[in-house]
Amino acid sequence: MIHIKTLNKTKLTDNMNAKGCGECQTSCQSACKTSCTVGNQKCENK
Amino acid sequence: MIHLFSLDDMYFVIDTNSGLVHAADEVIYDLLTDENFKYGDKVELIKQKFGKETTEEAISEINYLIVNDMLYTEDVNPQNKIKTAVKAMCLNMTHDCNLRCEYCFASQGSYNGKRSFLSFETGKRAFDFLVKNSGTRRNLEVDFFGGEPLMNFETIKKLVSYGRSLEKEYKKHFRFTTTTNGVLLDDEKIDYLNENMANVVLSIDGRKSVNDRMRRTVNGKGSYDIIVDNLRNFVSKRMDKDYFARGTFTSYNLDFSQDVKHMRELGFDKISVEPVVAKPEEKYALNEEHLEVLKKEYEKLTKFYVDSYKDKDKRFQFFHFNIDLDGGPCIYKRSIGCGAGTEYIAVTPNGDFYPCHQFVGQEDFIIGNVDDGITNDKIVDKIRKVSVNEKPVCKDCWAKYYCSGGCHANAYNFNGDFNIPYKVGCELEKKRIECSIYIKAKINNKE
Repeated sequence: MIHIKTLNKTKLTDNMNAKGCGECQTSCQSACKTSCTVGNQKCENK
Repeated sequence: MIHLFSLDDMYFVIDTNSGLVHAADEVIYDLLTDENFKYGDKVELIKQKFGKETTEEAISEINYLIVNDMLYTEDVNPQNKIKTAVKAMCLNMTHDCNLRCEYCFASQGSYNGKRSFLSFETGKRAFDFLVKNSGTRRNLEVDFFGGEPLMNFETIKKLVSYGRSLEKEYKKHFRFTTTTNGVLLDDEKIDYLNENMANVVLSIDGRKSVNDRMRRTVNGKGSYDIIVDNLRNFVSKRMDKDYFARGTFTSYNLDFSQDVKHMRELGFDKISVEPVVAKPEEKYALNEEHLEVLKKEYEKLTKFYVDSYKDKDKRFQFFHFNIDLDGGPCIYKRSIGCGAGTEYIAVTPNGDFYPCHQFVGQEDFIIGNVDDGITNDKIVDKIRKVSVNEKPVCKDCWAKYYCSGGCHANAYNFNGDFNIPYKVGCELEKKRIECSIYIKAKINNKE
Protein backbone atom coordinates (compact mmCIF):
# COMPACT_ATOMS: atom_id res chain seq x y z
CA MET A 1 0.00 0.00 0.00
CA ILE A 2 1.32 3.39 -0.97
CA HIS A 3 -1.44 5.70 0.10
CA ILE A 4 -2.68 3.99 3.26
CA LYS A 5 -0.91 2.67 6.32
CA THR A 6 -3.06 0.83 8.85
CA LEU A 7 -1.95 1.64 12.39
CA ASN A 8 -3.50 -1.36 14.19
CA LYS A 9 -2.58 -5.00 13.92
CA THR A 10 -5.91 -6.27 15.22
CA LYS A 11 -9.58 -5.41 14.85
CA LEU A 12 -12.08 -4.92 17.66
CA THR A 13 -14.05 -7.74 16.11
CA ASP A 14 -11.21 -10.30 16.08
CA ASN A 15 -11.52 -13.32 18.31
CA MET A 16 -14.71 -12.12 19.99
CA ASN A 17 -15.40 -15.45 21.69
CA ALA A 18 -12.32 -15.08 23.88
CA LYS A 19 -13.24 -11.60 25.05
CA GLY A 20 -15.63 -10.05 27.52
CA CYS A 21 -14.19 -11.30 30.84
CA GLY A 22 -15.03 -8.02 32.59
CA GLU A 23 -11.81 -7.96 34.63
CA CYS A 24 -10.70 -4.61 33.25
CA GLN A 25 -10.54 -1.48 35.31
CA THR A 26 -13.68 0.55 35.81
CA SER A 27 -13.09 3.66 33.79
CA CYS A 28 -13.85 6.22 36.46
CA GLN A 29 -11.41 4.61 38.89
CA SER A 30 -8.45 5.89 36.92
CA ALA A 31 -7.64 9.54 36.72
CA CYS A 32 -10.78 11.12 35.47
CA LYS A 33 -13.79 10.88 37.76
CA THR A 34 -15.61 13.27 35.46
CA SER A 35 -14.99 12.49 31.80
CA CYS A 36 -15.64 8.93 30.78
CA THR A 37 -13.09 7.53 28.37
CA VAL A 38 -13.18 3.79 28.01
CA GLY A 39 -10.95 3.46 24.95
CA ASN A 40 -7.79 4.37 26.83
CA GLN A 41 -8.14 1.67 29.48
CA LYS A 42 -6.04 -1.47 29.54
CA CYS A 43 -7.25 -5.00 28.79
CA GLU A 44 -6.57 -7.41 31.68
CA ASN A 45 -7.12 -10.47 29.52
CA LYS A 46 -3.97 -10.74 27.44
CA MET B 1 -19.24 4.03 9.31
CA ILE B 2 -15.99 5.91 8.86
CA HIS B 3 -14.58 9.15 10.20
CA LEU B 4 -12.10 11.29 8.30
CA PHE B 5 -9.93 13.93 9.87
CA SER B 6 -6.71 15.76 9.24
CA LEU B 7 -4.36 17.28 11.75
CA ASP B 8 -1.20 19.18 10.96
CA ASP B 9 0.22 17.44 7.87
CA MET B 10 -1.50 14.09 8.36
CA TYR B 11 -4.76 12.51 7.22
CA PHE B 12 -6.64 9.71 8.97
CA VAL B 13 -9.56 7.38 8.43
CA ILE B 14 -11.18 5.59 11.35
CA ASP B 15 -13.34 2.59 10.58
CA THR B 16 -15.63 2.72 13.61
CA ASN B 17 -16.92 -0.84 13.73
CA SER B 18 -13.61 -2.66 13.30
CA GLY B 19 -11.68 -0.05 15.29
CA LEU B 20 -9.08 0.11 12.53
CA VAL B 21 -7.26 3.39 12.10
CA HIS B 22 -5.65 4.15 8.76
CA ALA B 23 -3.10 6.88 8.21
CA ALA B 24 -3.72 8.09 4.68
CA ASP B 25 -2.67 10.78 2.26
CA GLU B 26 -4.61 13.64 0.76
CA VAL B 27 -5.77 11.75 -2.31
CA ILE B 28 -7.37 9.07 -0.13
CA TYR B 29 -8.89 11.76 2.05
CA ASP B 30 -10.46 13.45 -0.97
CA LEU B 31 -11.68 10.18 -2.43
CA LEU B 32 -13.33 9.10 0.82
CA THR B 33 -14.92 12.48 1.54
CA ASP B 34 -18.63 12.01 0.78
CA GLU B 35 -17.66 8.68 -0.81
CA ASN B 36 -16.34 10.57 -3.85
CA PHE B 37 -14.52 7.47 -5.07
CA LYS B 38 -17.91 6.08 -6.13
CA TYR B 39 -18.89 8.93 -8.43
CA GLY B 40 -17.33 9.36 -11.87
CA ASP B 41 -17.52 13.14 -12.15
CA LYS B 42 -16.00 13.65 -8.72
CA VAL B 43 -13.25 11.15 -9.44
CA GLU B 44 -12.44 13.13 -12.58
CA LEU B 45 -11.91 16.26 -10.50
CA ILE B 46 -9.63 14.34 -8.13
CA LYS B 47 -7.68 12.96 -11.09
CA GLN B 48 -7.13 16.52 -12.29
CA LYS B 49 -5.72 17.39 -8.89
CA PHE B 50 -3.50 14.36 -8.24
CA GLY B 51 -3.07 12.71 -11.66
CA LYS B 52 -4.82 9.72 -13.20
CA GLU B 53 -2.37 7.03 -12.14
CA THR B 54 -2.14 8.15 -8.52
CA THR B 55 -5.92 8.44 -8.19
CA GLU B 56 -6.56 4.99 -9.67
CA GLU B 57 -3.91 3.49 -7.44
CA ALA B 58 -5.57 5.06 -4.41
CA ILE B 59 -9.02 3.80 -5.47
CA SER B 60 -7.66 0.29 -5.77
CA GLU B 61 -6.27 0.57 -2.20
CA ILE B 62 -9.66 1.72 -0.95
CA ASN B 63 -11.32 -1.22 -2.69
CA TYR B 64 -8.76 -3.61 -1.19
CA LEU B 65 -9.66 -2.40 2.31
CA ILE B 66 -13.37 -2.70 1.65
CA VAL B 67 -13.09 -6.24 0.27
CA ASN B 68 -10.95 -7.27 3.25
CA ASP B 69 -13.35 -5.88 5.87
CA MET B 70 -11.09 -3.02 6.87
CA LEU B 71 -13.23 -0.11 5.74
CA TYR B 72 -16.98 0.51 5.87
CA THR B 73 -17.34 -2.61 7.99
CA GLU B 74 -20.72 -3.58 9.40
CA ASP B 75 -21.49 -3.08 13.08
CA VAL B 76 -21.46 -6.41 14.89
CA ASN B 77 -23.77 -4.83 17.48
CA PRO B 78 -22.24 -6.72 20.40
CA GLN B 79 -24.74 -7.95 22.92
CA ASN B 80 -23.81 -7.63 26.56
CA LYS B 81 -21.70 -10.72 27.01
CA ILE B 82 -20.17 -9.25 30.15
CA LYS B 83 -22.27 -10.37 33.10
CA THR B 84 -22.10 -7.34 35.30
CA ALA B 85 -21.28 -7.66 38.99
CA VAL B 86 -20.28 -4.91 41.37
CA LYS B 87 -16.50 -5.01 41.44
CA ALA B 88 -15.48 -1.41 41.97
CA MET B 89 -16.26 0.97 44.75
CA CYS B 90 -15.74 4.64 45.34
CA LEU B 91 -15.55 4.87 49.10
CA ASN B 92 -16.27 8.37 50.32
CA MET B 93 -14.02 8.43 53.39
CA THR B 94 -15.19 11.89 54.31
CA HIS B 95 -17.94 14.22 53.39
CA ASP B 96 -15.68 16.98 54.47
CA CYS B 97 -12.68 18.74 53.02
CA ASN B 98 -9.83 20.98 54.11
CA LEU B 99 -10.17 23.02 50.91
CA ARG B 100 -13.12 24.93 49.51
CA CYS B 101 -12.66 24.63 45.75
CA GLU B 102 -15.17 26.78 43.95
CA TYR B 103 -16.02 24.27 41.22
CA CYS B 104 -16.26 21.24 43.53
CA PHE B 105 -19.09 18.97 42.36
CA ALA B 106 -19.27 17.69 45.94
CA SER B 107 -20.29 21.10 47.35
CA GLN B 108 -16.85 21.73 48.86
CA GLY B 109 -16.79 18.22 50.23
CA SER B 110 -20.13 18.07 52.01
CA TYR B 111 -22.22 16.74 49.10
CA ASN B 112 -24.97 19.10 50.26
CA GLY B 113 -25.29 17.23 53.53
CA LYS B 114 -23.82 17.10 57.00
CA ARG B 115 -20.02 17.01 57.14
CA SER B 116 -19.12 13.47 58.20
CA PHE B 117 -16.50 10.68 58.17
CA LEU B 118 -16.88 7.06 57.15
CA SER B 119 -16.35 4.70 60.08
CA PHE B 120 -14.30 1.52 59.94
CA GLU B 121 -17.50 -0.49 60.63
CA THR B 122 -19.32 1.00 57.64
CA GLY B 123 -16.27 0.54 55.41
CA LYS B 124 -15.93 -3.05 56.57
CA ARG B 125 -19.54 -3.79 55.65
CA ALA B 126 -18.98 -2.17 52.26
CA PHE B 127 -15.99 -4.48 51.67
CA ASP B 128 -18.04 -7.49 52.76
CA PHE B 129 -20.70 -6.51 50.24
CA LEU B 130 -18.07 -6.15 47.54
CA VAL B 131 -16.40 -9.53 47.99
CA LYS B 132 -19.79 -11.28 48.18
CA ASN B 133 -21.35 -9.54 45.19
CA SER B 134 -18.49 -9.49 42.70
CA GLY B 135 -19.26 -12.93 41.28
CA THR B 136 -16.34 -14.47 39.46
CA ARG B 137 -14.38 -11.23 39.20
CA ARG B 138 -10.99 -11.50 40.80
CA ASN B 139 -9.81 -7.89 40.54
CA LEU B 140 -11.70 -5.57 42.84
CA GLU B 141 -11.11 -1.83 42.92
CA VAL B 142 -11.58 0.48 45.85
CA ASP B 143 -10.94 4.19 45.49
CA PHE B 144 -10.62 6.11 48.74
CA PHE B 145 -12.33 9.35 47.85
CA GLY B 146 -14.02 12.28 49.52
CA GLY B 147 -14.09 15.18 50.29
CA GLU B 148 -10.50 14.75 51.31
CA PRO B 149 -9.85 11.09 52.17
CA LEU B 150 -6.60 11.70 54.04
CA MET B 151 -8.59 13.50 56.77
CA ASN B 152 -9.67 9.94 57.63
CA PHE B 153 -6.27 8.32 57.16
CA GLU B 154 -6.35 5.92 60.12
CA THR B 155 -9.57 4.36 58.83
CA ILE B 156 -8.04 3.97 55.36
CA LYS B 157 -5.16 2.01 56.90
CA LYS B 158 -7.53 -0.26 58.83
CA LEU B 159 -9.67 -0.86 55.75
CA VAL B 160 -6.67 -1.72 53.58
CA SER B 161 -5.61 -4.32 56.15
CA TYR B 162 -9.15 -5.65 56.33
CA GLY B 163 -9.38 -5.87 52.53
CA ARG B 164 -6.11 -7.79 52.33
CA SER B 165 -7.40 -10.20 54.99
CA LEU B 166 -10.37 -11.06 52.74
CA GLU B 167 -8.34 -11.77 49.62
CA LYS B 168 -7.36 -15.34 50.31
CA GLU B 169 -10.71 -16.55 51.59
CA TYR B 170 -12.67 -15.05 48.71
CA LYS B 171 -9.96 -15.48 46.02
CA LYS B 172 -9.97 -11.78 45.24
CA HIS B 173 -7.36 -9.15 44.65
CA PHE B 174 -7.97 -5.62 45.89
CA ARG B 175 -6.55 -2.75 43.92
CA PHE B 176 -6.58 0.32 46.13
CA THR B 177 -6.37 3.86 44.82
CA THR B 178 -6.88 7.27 46.31
CA THR B 179 -7.47 10.85 45.27
CA THR B 180 -6.03 13.61 47.41
CA ASN B 181 -5.61 17.37 47.37
CA GLY B 182 -2.17 16.99 48.96
CA VAL B 183 -2.73 19.27 51.96
CA LEU B 184 -2.08 16.49 54.50
CA LEU B 185 0.59 14.61 52.54
CA ASP B 186 3.44 14.20 55.01
CA ASP B 187 6.25 11.63 54.89
CA GLU B 188 4.34 9.02 56.84
CA LYS B 189 1.33 9.19 54.54
CA ILE B 190 3.50 9.31 51.44
CA ASP B 191 5.31 6.13 52.42
CA TYR B 192 2.06 4.41 53.22
CA LEU B 193 0.36 5.42 49.98
CA ASN B 194 3.37 4.47 47.92
CA GLU B 195 3.36 1.05 49.44
CA ASN B 196 -0.36 0.35 49.35
CA MET B 197 -2.01 2.30 46.55
CA ALA B 198 -1.90 1.06 42.96
CA ASN B 199 -2.68 4.57 41.75
CA VAL B 200 -2.84 7.95 43.43
CA VAL B 201 -4.52 10.98 41.91
CA LEU B 202 -3.03 14.28 43.08
CA SER B 203 -5.18 17.35 42.56
CA ILE B 204 -3.50 20.50 41.29
CA ASP B 205 -4.74 22.77 38.51
CA GLY B 206 -1.42 23.95 37.10
CA ARG B 207 -0.12 27.51 37.32
CA LYS B 208 -0.31 29.12 40.75
CA SER B 209 -2.74 31.82 39.63
CA VAL B 210 -5.02 29.26 37.98
CA ASN B 211 -4.88 26.85 40.89
CA ASP B 212 -5.46 29.52 43.51
CA ARG B 213 -8.42 31.09 41.75
CA MET B 214 -10.44 27.90 42.25
CA ARG B 215 -8.66 25.79 44.83
CA ARG B 216 -8.77 27.77 48.04
CA THR B 217 -8.43 27.06 51.73
CA VAL B 218 -11.24 27.34 54.23
CA ASN B 219 -10.03 30.90 54.86
CA GLY B 220 -10.19 31.78 51.19
CA LYS B 221 -6.45 31.73 50.51
CA GLY B 222 -4.80 29.97 47.59
CA SER B 223 -3.67 26.36 48.17
CA TYR B 224 -0.76 26.17 45.69
CA ASP B 225 1.99 27.01 48.16
CA ILE B 226 0.61 24.52 50.68
CA ILE B 227 0.41 21.57 48.31
CA VAL B 228 3.09 21.92 45.65
CA ASP B 229 6.06 20.68 47.68
CA ASN B 230 3.99 17.88 49.20
CA LEU B 231 2.98 16.64 45.76
CA ARG B 232 6.53 16.85 44.41
CA ASN B 233 7.83 15.03 47.45
CA PHE B 234 5.25 12.32 46.89
CA VAL B 235 6.16 11.90 43.22
CA SER B 236 9.89 11.82 43.96
CA LYS B 237 9.27 8.71 46.06
CA ARG B 238 6.68 7.08 43.81
CA MET B 239 9.24 5.16 41.71
CA ASP B 240 7.49 3.52 38.75
CA LYS B 241 4.06 3.11 40.32
CA ASP B 242 1.06 4.85 38.80
CA TYR B 243 -0.06 8.28 39.80
CA PHE B 244 -1.60 11.26 38.05
CA ALA B 245 -1.20 14.92 38.80
CA ARG B 246 -4.73 15.91 37.90
CA GLY B 247 -6.13 19.33 37.20
CA THR B 248 -9.44 20.77 36.15
CA PHE B 249 -9.73 23.51 33.57
CA THR B 250 -12.57 26.01 33.44
CA SER B 251 -13.59 28.97 31.32
CA TYR B 252 -10.98 30.95 33.30
CA ASN B 253 -8.07 28.99 31.83
CA LEU B 254 -9.03 28.06 28.30
CA ASP B 255 -5.25 28.11 27.66
CA PHE B 256 -4.93 24.98 29.80
CA SER B 257 -2.00 23.63 27.78
CA GLN B 258 0.04 26.20 29.72
CA ASP B 259 -1.06 24.46 32.91
CA VAL B 260 0.05 21.09 31.58
CA LYS B 261 3.42 22.65 30.71
CA HIS B 262 3.67 24.09 34.19
CA MET B 263 2.91 20.72 35.75
CA ARG B 264 5.59 19.14 33.58
CA GLU B 265 8.04 21.81 34.72
CA LEU B 266 7.21 20.93 38.31
CA GLY B 267 8.48 17.44 37.56
CA PHE B 268 5.19 15.58 37.09
CA ASP B 269 5.37 13.10 34.25
CA LYS B 270 1.87 11.61 34.50
CA ILE B 271 -0.64 14.36 34.00
CA SER B 272 -4.36 14.61 33.50
CA VAL B 273 -6.13 17.93 33.02
CA GLU B 274 -9.84 17.72 32.47
CA PRO B 275 -12.79 19.94 31.63
CA VAL B 276 -14.85 21.16 34.57
CA VAL B 277 -18.34 19.79 34.91
CA ALA B 278 -20.60 22.60 36.05
CA LYS B 279 -24.06 23.98 35.62
CA PRO B 280 -24.20 26.14 32.48
CA GLU B 281 -25.05 29.27 34.47
CA GLU B 282 -21.80 29.17 36.47
CA LYS B 283 -19.26 31.75 35.29
CA TYR B 284 -16.50 29.15 35.18
CA ALA B 285 -18.59 26.62 33.19
CA LEU B 286 -17.52 25.46 29.75
CA ASN B 287 -20.18 25.98 27.14
CA GLU B 288 -20.54 25.41 23.42
CA GLU B 289 -19.15 28.88 22.72
CA HIS B 290 -15.77 27.72 24.11
CA LEU B 291 -15.50 24.65 21.93
CA GLU B 292 -13.46 26.04 19.05
CA VAL B 293 -10.90 27.63 21.36
CA LEU B 294 -10.64 24.46 23.40
CA LYS B 295 -10.13 22.28 20.34
CA LYS B 296 -7.26 24.54 19.24
CA GLU B 297 -5.86 24.28 22.75
CA TYR B 298 -5.83 20.48 22.51
CA GLU B 299 -3.85 20.89 19.28
CA LYS B 300 -1.34 23.10 21.08
CA LEU B 301 -1.06 20.48 23.79
CA THR B 302 -0.58 17.81 21.15
CA LYS B 303 2.32 19.75 19.67
CA PHE B 304 3.88 20.17 23.10
CA TYR B 305 3.44 16.44 23.72
CA VAL B 306 5.10 15.45 20.44
CA ASP B 307 7.93 17.94 20.92
CA SER B 308 8.53 16.68 24.44
CA TYR B 309 8.66 13.13 23.19
CA LYS B 310 11.82 13.89 21.23
CA ASP B 311 13.79 14.11 24.46
CA LYS B 312 13.55 11.08 26.78
CA ASP B 313 13.93 13.27 29.85
CA LYS B 314 11.06 15.53 28.85
CA ARG B 315 8.51 12.88 27.92
CA PHE B 316 5.27 12.63 29.88
CA GLN B 317 1.94 10.84 29.83
CA PHE B 318 -1.23 12.82 29.34
CA PHE B 319 -4.11 10.66 30.53
CA HIS B 320 -6.48 11.45 27.69
CA PHE B 321 -3.83 10.93 25.05
CA ASN B 322 -3.24 7.35 26.21
CA ILE B 323 -4.51 5.11 23.47
CA ASP B 324 -3.57 1.54 22.72
CA LEU B 325 -4.88 0.71 19.27
CA ASP B 326 -4.28 -3.03 19.68
CA GLY B 327 -4.39 -3.71 23.41
CA GLY B 328 -7.26 -1.58 24.69
CA PRO B 329 -10.55 -2.88 26.04
CA CYS B 330 -12.61 -5.36 24.05
CA ILE B 331 -15.69 -4.39 22.10
CA TYR B 332 -17.98 -5.68 24.85
CA LYS B 333 -16.45 -3.38 27.41
CA ARG B 334 -16.61 -0.54 24.92
CA SER B 335 -20.33 -1.18 24.47
CA ILE B 336 -21.45 -1.20 28.08
CA GLY B 337 -19.76 2.00 29.15
CA CYS B 338 -18.46 3.19 32.48
CA GLY B 339 -20.33 0.64 34.60
CA ALA B 340 -21.89 3.14 37.03
CA GLY B 341 -24.50 1.40 39.14
CA THR B 342 -23.83 -1.99 37.62
CA GLU B 343 -20.11 -2.61 38.15
CA TYR B 344 -19.27 0.47 40.13
CA ILE B 345 -20.94 2.10 43.12
CA ALA B 346 -20.19 4.97 45.45
CA VAL B 347 -20.57 4.52 49.20
CA THR B 348 -21.24 7.44 51.54
CA PRO B 349 -20.13 7.77 55.18
CA ASN B 350 -23.60 6.72 56.35
CA GLY B 351 -23.43 3.60 54.20
CA ASP B 352 -25.72 4.55 51.31
CA PHE B 353 -24.97 3.28 47.81
CA TYR B 354 -25.20 5.53 44.75
CA PRO B 355 -24.57 4.59 41.08
CA CYS B 356 -21.39 6.69 41.17
CA HIS B 357 -19.73 9.53 43.06
CA GLN B 358 -21.31 12.14 40.77
CA PHE B 359 -24.81 11.25 42.01
CA VAL B 360 -24.00 11.35 45.71
CA GLY B 361 -26.29 13.75 47.55
CA GLN B 362 -29.15 13.35 45.06
CA GLU B 363 -31.22 11.09 47.28
CA ASP B 364 -33.50 9.88 44.50
CA PHE B 365 -30.47 8.01 43.25
CA ILE B 366 -29.79 5.96 46.37
CA ILE B 367 -29.67 2.37 45.10
CA GLY B 368 -29.05 0.55 48.38
CA ASN B 369 -26.87 0.49 51.46
CA VAL B 370 -24.21 -1.55 53.24
CA ASP B 371 -26.78 -3.45 55.31
CA ASP B 372 -29.34 -4.40 52.67
CA GLY B 373 -27.22 -4.37 49.51
CA ILE B 374 -28.77 -3.16 46.25
CA THR B 375 -32.42 -2.39 46.91
CA ASN B 376 -33.41 -0.03 44.09
CA ASP B 377 -33.29 -2.22 40.99
CA LYS B 378 -35.35 0.30 39.07
CA ILE B 379 -32.48 2.78 38.76
CA VAL B 380 -29.88 0.07 38.23
CA ASP B 381 -31.94 -1.45 35.39
CA LYS B 382 -32.44 1.94 33.84
CA ILE B 383 -28.69 2.54 33.74
CA ARG B 384 -27.95 -0.99 32.60
CA LYS B 385 -30.10 -0.46 29.52
CA VAL B 386 -28.21 2.66 28.46
CA SER B 387 -25.59 1.12 26.21
CA VAL B 388 -23.84 3.03 23.48
CA ASN B 389 -25.79 1.23 20.77
CA GLU B 390 -29.10 2.11 22.41
CA LYS B 391 -28.55 5.85 22.68
CA PRO B 392 -29.92 7.58 19.58
CA VAL B 393 -27.14 10.20 19.48
CA CYS B 394 -24.38 7.68 20.10
CA LYS B 395 -25.23 4.73 17.91
CA ASP B 396 -24.36 6.62 14.73
CA CYS B 397 -21.36 8.44 16.19
CA TRP B 398 -17.89 7.44 14.97
CA ALA B 399 -16.42 7.81 18.47
CA LYS B 400 -18.82 5.43 20.22
CA TYR B 401 -16.30 2.67 20.89
CA TYR B 402 -13.80 5.13 22.39
CA CYS B 403 -16.03 6.97 24.86
CA SER B 404 -18.56 4.19 25.28
CA GLY B 405 -21.38 6.69 25.51
CA GLY B 406 -19.86 9.14 27.95
CA CYS B 407 -20.63 9.91 31.56
CA HIS B 408 -24.17 9.01 32.70
CA ALA B 409 -24.10 11.66 35.41
CA ASN B 410 -23.21 14.37 32.94
CA ALA B 411 -25.99 13.21 30.64
CA TYR B 412 -28.50 13.28 33.45
CA ASN B 413 -27.30 16.52 35.02
CA PHE B 414 -27.32 18.43 31.75
CA ASN B 415 -30.20 16.87 29.88
CA GLY B 416 -32.25 15.11 32.53
CA ASP B 417 -31.92 11.92 30.51
CA PHE B 418 -29.30 9.15 30.57
CA ASN B 419 -29.85 8.72 26.84
CA ILE B 420 -28.78 12.20 25.81
CA PRO B 421 -25.05 12.75 26.27
CA TYR B 422 -23.48 16.03 27.35
CA LYS B 423 -22.56 17.76 24.12
CA VAL B 424 -19.53 19.76 25.24
CA GLY B 425 -18.09 16.57 26.75
CA CYS B 426 -18.67 14.69 23.49
CA GLU B 427 -17.02 17.31 21.32
CA LEU B 428 -13.95 17.53 23.54
CA GLU B 429 -13.68 13.77 23.76
CA LYS B 430 -13.75 13.47 19.97
CA LYS B 431 -11.01 16.05 19.66
CA ARG B 432 -8.88 14.21 22.23
CA ILE B 433 -9.29 10.95 20.31
CA GLU B 434 -8.13 12.62 17.10
CA CYS B 435 -5.13 14.14 18.87
CA SER B 436 -4.25 10.77 20.44
CA ILE B 437 -4.32 9.02 17.09
CA TYR B 438 -2.21 11.74 15.49
CA ILE B 439 0.33 11.40 18.32
CA LYS B 440 0.42 7.64 17.89
CA ALA B 441 1.13 7.97 14.17
CA LYS B 442 3.65 10.75 14.63
CA ILE B 443 5.60 8.96 17.33
CA ASN B 444 5.48 5.57 15.55
CA ASN B 445 6.91 7.23 12.46
CA LYS B 446 9.87 8.42 14.47
CA GLU B 447 10.62 5.10 16.12
